[in-house]
Amino acid sequence: MPREGSPWRGLGTVILKELSDHLTSARMRVLEWLVVLTALAALYGAIQSVRDTTAQDPFLFLRLFTTAHQPLPSFVAFLSFLVPLMAIGLGFDAVNGEHSRRTLSRILSQPIYRDALLFGKFIAALATLAISLICLWLLVIGLGLFLLGVPPGGEEMLRSLVFLGVTIVYAGVWLALAMLFSTVFRSAATAALVSLGVWLFLTIIWPPLAQGIAQALFAHSDEATMLIGGQVLARLSPSTLFGEVVLAILHPATRSLGPVYLDQLQGAVMGAPLPFGESLLLAWPQIVGMIAAAILLFVAGYVAFQRQEVRA
Amino acid sequence: MTDIILAADGLTKRYGDVTVVDHVSFDVGRGEIFGLLGPNGAGKTTTILMLLGLSDITSGTARVLGHDPAREPLTVKRYVGYMPDEVGFYDNLTGIDNLSYTARLIGIPSAERGKRITDALARVGLSEAGGKKVGAYSRGMRQRLGLAEIVMKDARIAILDEPTNGLDPQASIELLELIKSFKQAGISVLLSSHLLDRVQSVCDRVALFNNGKIALMGTIAQLGRQVLGGGYAVDVECQGGARLADRFAAIPGVRKVTEGANGRFHLLCERDVRPDAAREAVAAGGQLTRLELDRAGLESIYTHYFQSGEAKREVAHAA
Repeated sequence: MPREGSPWRGLGTVILKELSDHLTSARMRVLEWLVVLTALAALYGAIQSVRDTTAQDPFLFLRLFTTAHQPLPSFVAFLSFLVPLMAIGLGFDAVNGEHSRRTLSRILSQPIYRDALLFGKFIAALATLAISLICLWLLVIGLGLFLLGVPPGGEEMLRSLVFLGVTIVYAGVWLALAMLFSTVFRSAATAALVSLGVWLFLTIIWPPLAQGIAQALFAHSDEATMLIGGQVLARLSPSTLFGEVVLAILHPATRSLGPVYLDQLQGAVMGAPLPFGESLLLAWPQIVGMIAAAILLFVAGYVAFQRQEVRA
Repeated sequence: MTDIILAADGLTKRYGDVTVVDHVSFDVGRGEIFGLLGPNGAGKTTTILMLLGLSDITSGTARVLGHDPAREPLTVKRYVGYMPDEVGFYDNLTGIDNLSYTARLIGIPSAERGKRITDALARVGLSEAGGKKVGAYSRGMRQRLGLAEIVMKDARIAILDEPTNGLDPQASIELLELIKSFKQAGISVLLSSHLLDRVQSVCDRVALFNNGKIALMGTIAQLGRQVLGGGYAVDVECQGGARLADRFAAIPGVRKVTEGANGRFHLLCERDVRPDAAREAVAAGGQLTRLELDRAGLESIYTHYFQSGEAKREVAHAA
């Protein structure tokens, strides 16, 4: 059945309204401070370590992101933990919040389609996350310049920019998940709990569990099959994908994200960095996988929202 | 009321095996106030959502201003103003900001927006509260803001779901006055309610919903004749007096006499029989303490219809 008019009617209005809601909300302010403070702590630790040890490192700036200084984890580790939290925080009440405020049927009785409302909410939340992450990124680069006194090289900038983009995509995956649950569950508290539960499961429990499952499944195969099988299963989690991308992009010496046979190492100069293009190529499947996951989750939420009854 | 601007024909909604709205047909003319009345869960809101294109129609057709809400929802929603039951606004925004958001969704040009919002707020008496956050609004103010939205939208049809629900008597009278002013402006109004006595004062015609079907439809006078078997009901209280019930029943024009406790009688009749009833009561030697004409109100039609099985048979006779 063809519909009249464009599904994007009113999209810009929804985006602007949601964006201003997010940027002025107390929730966003708390999340921002949480991220900034923890990231600064990690950065400070990293700078301490970097100054002590690797004065000759060609990728000094990337070390800012990845170096951990006991007892603090690295900046990247912090981010991979906090970005999902922020995304879930912005998305868990996207649709059910409109239900409980009783605004949904009133807004949908205006001449717009549901598409505009859901997509507008997604774009606005993603833009909010992107703004925070870009600020954070600039903060890190600026502090790095200031405290290390060394300008970053072109390739370092390129790699850290890719890292920024990938982090935004990663945030999009969790945002789409949270919005899916906000559509499926009528109570915001349930949606938040389920989102957080799925996140904890996929981030903390799934990677070791995947190894266990692979060991059980491929008990009679050779070791390589078991390793690869475990890796394939673990990669179902966006956290694993993000971790691998970070490894490939921010550690230029990474040559492979899977097991390597001895004969493949022939002629390799161990510890030598890969060119930027090769590193990107290495991480490309993971990046595409994350984008696909975000799209799939959003589509699932979209379908659920389209089929949902407006009334409670 | 010659041209019909909203029509439902055999409108049906099923969820699996459950039929929520069952072959509902009615129409609303230009400038008419039409009431959908009935108990909660009778299918009123679902009918409204189908007319707005917000809920799929299982079978039957709906036409709003000549458009099909399922195929042309944008056109329909442009000309129909809807105020849902317990209408909600964004509490963190002011009344003006809330309306401004809706105005942008509607596509009102920015040059006109300010004036139309101010005018709409003035019309519903919220000029001063417009700059306050909606979180501080009372229930009645929210309802009025909902009406302001419809005014601002310049809607041809206003669909109001339970507009007086949860309001104190004063606030609901004010709200009903506003709704009446819609009619004067040529806007048709479709309103649903389970609060009958308040609604009957504004409705031109009503449809009584029961279990997803329209049980009765027409003007209140028509319904009164149909259900109560007469247009009038007279309450009599009389102490003493012999065989009063028989005497009352013998008065020409009385259809039915119900005897209550303590000498109370309820007469259903085709005309105002108060003088005759008084004469009979006195002639029987009774002390007449109360004599009151109860013009067939929706409340009595409604209670009579839904609560007594007898009424249904009477309607069958009347029809």
